[in-house]
Amino acid sequence: MTQATSGIYLDNNATTMVDPAVVEAMLPYFTEQFGNPSSMHQFGDRVGRALKTARQQVQALLGAELDSEIVFTSCGTESDSTAILSALKAQPERREIITTVVEHPAVLSLCEHLEKEGCTVHYLKVDKKGRIDMQQYLDALSNKVAIVSVMWANNETGTLFPVEEMAELARSAGVMFHTDAVQAVGKVPIDLKRTAIDMLSLSGHKLHAPKGIGVLYLRRGTRFRPLLRGGHQERGRRAGTENSASIVALGKACELALAHMDEEKTQVRKLRDRLEQGILQTVPNCFVTGDPSNRLPNTCNIAFEYIEGEAILLLLNKLGIAASSGSACTSGSLEPSHVMRAMDIPFTAAHGTTRFSLSRYNTVEEIDRVIEAVPPIVAQLRRLSPYWDAAANAPVEEPEAAFQPAYA
Amino acid sequence: MWDYSETVKEHFFNPRNAGAVADANAIGEVGSLSCGDALRLTLKVDPATDTILEAGFQTFGCGSAIASSSALTEMIKGMSVDEALNVSNQDIADFLEGLPPEKMHCSVMGREALQAAVANYRGEVWKDDHEEGALVCKCFAVDAVMIEDTIRANGLSTVEEVTNYTKAGGGCSACHEPIEEILTKVLAEQGKTFDPTAAPPPPAGKPKLGNLARIRRIENAIEAIRPNLQRDHGDVELVDIDGKNVFVNMTGACSGCQMASTTLEGIQQRIVEDLGEFVRVLPAQAMQTAAASAD
Ligand SMILES: Cc1ncc(COP(=O)(O)O)c(C=O)c1O
Repeated sequence: MTQATSGIYLDNNATTMVDPAVVEAMLPYFTEQFGNPSSMHQFGDRVGRALKTARQQVQALLGAELDSEIVFTSCGTESDSTAILSALKAQPERREIITTVVEHPAVLSLCEHLEKEGCTVHYLKVDKKGRIDMQQYLDALSNKVAIVSVMWANNETGTLFPVEEMAELARSAGVMFHTDAVQAVGKVPIDLKRTAIDMLSLSGHKLHAPKGIGVLYLRRGTRFRPLLRGGHQERGRRAGTENSASIVALGKACELALAHMDEEKTQVRKLRDRLEQGILQTVPNCFVTGDPSNRLPNTCNIAFEYIEGEAILLLLNKLGIAASSGSACTSGSLEPSHVMRAMDIPFTAAHGTTRFSLSRYNTVEEIDRVIEAVPPIVAQLRRLSPYWDAAANAPVEEPEAAFQPAYA
Repeated sequence: MWDYSETVKEHFFNPRNAGAVADANAIGEVGSLSCGDALRLTLKVDPATDTILEAGFQTFGCGSAIASSSALTEMIKGMSVDEALNVSNQDIADFLEGLPPEKMHCSVMGREALQAAVANYRGEVWKDDHEEGALVCKCFAVDAVMIEDTIRANGLSTVEEVTNYTKAGGGCSACHEPIEEILTKVLAEQGKTFDPTAAPPPPAGKPKLGNLARIRRIENAIEAIRPNLQRDHGDVELVDIDGKNVFVNMTGACSGCQMASTTLEGIQQRIVEDLGEFVRVLPAQAMQTAAASAD
């Protein structure tokens, strides 16, 4: 694929550009600041101090009470695994997990695996807007549950979940609560010391730090069993010599995210709304998925009916525009996104879902170029679609009845 | 990002024969909506000669589904109906200079649409007998349904057997865990349990050879290899057979040759194939050591 060198990047929920100030902060830790922070000499000591600063920067962004509650890991996935497996190991008499059907594979695949090992997993359902069934949650909470793991914000739709309220309910039932906040951290304000959340996962590369660095927030006093045992790094909760350059980078990125938090709900949200309105007004037969009134300020997921997402992405890419899709074909699986299926979006729309996710680096000029680019792309693909009447420029009458292929 | 060939991209960006043929007399509609692909193929066939005069497609699908549809219509225009039916999935993929393994089903869909259209032209009813599962082996593009069916049909019980029958797992081996899971599931249906340490059962229909027959087979295999070695001024002779160990003497250019061990491997492979059981071919000098270490 020809890669646009200077494209328009609207795929920030997949990963983000490393902020130049972050790169600058981390570079010395590849060269002169190479020491091992555990060492008893000045080389190690300087790095040790830098890690302490980084830990405090993360603490500030999360509103954690103590900096010792921050455990650096290698990624969001590791944080998720550590949290869930720890809860099971620390409470062997509890063999149940509560999570949702719309989690990231970092949680879902692990839960499916744990089911094979004998755990019972309660998957909370969502409605057509992706909102959790709270009654089902209350019914599932019991003293057999080792942990509740619910994402703060969904990566595909941006839908926010009431994790603070759910954590309170878990606490009153005596159950540990973990949230995968990989998509939320840096985009919405978080103040953990005022919540009942016991554990939280974040991932550096979603907030302008590099890939391969994450954090598990671990509330003081939460019973814990490490995933990796070995050296005494991270107070023995995550062994392995620290990825110091990336930890410094993540600290800097957290400091920047805190400083720019207001921009997320003003500037970024305004651009997102402009994009969404621009597309909805010019393209027929498309709609926003998820809960538009309660979602991340940077995310907009639009289902374009009767066409397929990968084809949309390829044509966008030709114009240098980067987005992502919930279609089966982009992942190589046979099913469209589990998130779209969970919300009961019909197949003819689920395959055409396209996610635009913005960051504070996007400009109004870029957004206007995308608003211009999308309608002709959708029209071009609909001309090829058996569900579309090219002459009338509308779906064929009763599309799903008019075209009924023999299904394989 | 998929590694699409230039031809796939070309056919996606500039599809040929898009849209329905106006007065079509052969229409095929196939697809799998859950996997995001559906295709309507419309053909105009000359009833006098059975020649496909025009072909058009309408596709709801990804880049390679659109490219495969475009390729198919280009390929079959001008063919007779019977010729067109001989176009295979691989022909479509080859025309496009290859498709990623995850995308081979797009070419399958093209072929099925063609069969459906021809059935429609002939006034027959086309029945799809092909069910598709999640892709398990990416090296050889083998899906779960194919593996399950093969396990059931042939009573397989090990990963090795699944690889022998379907090729799945024969490449990078990363899919051995999902293959084990499929085995566990299918065997459980039959009231059996999957045993990862089980040796594959001896191939059915091949009764164990008697001692003499076995020695003859080994002799014959070695005889068959000798001309090759003699061409390079070497030779090999059978010295002894002790259970699974076959001792040979390498002579002429073969003795002390740098390649001796490679040659031994070649001989071993040949004998194993002819014999249908595993043996180890060793130089005769190793007889002492083998005897000493035998338990
Ligand atoms: C909600 C969510 N959880 C977890 C992850 C995994 O994070 P990482 O890539 O750092 O392992 C992601 C990133 O794709 C995500 O969006």
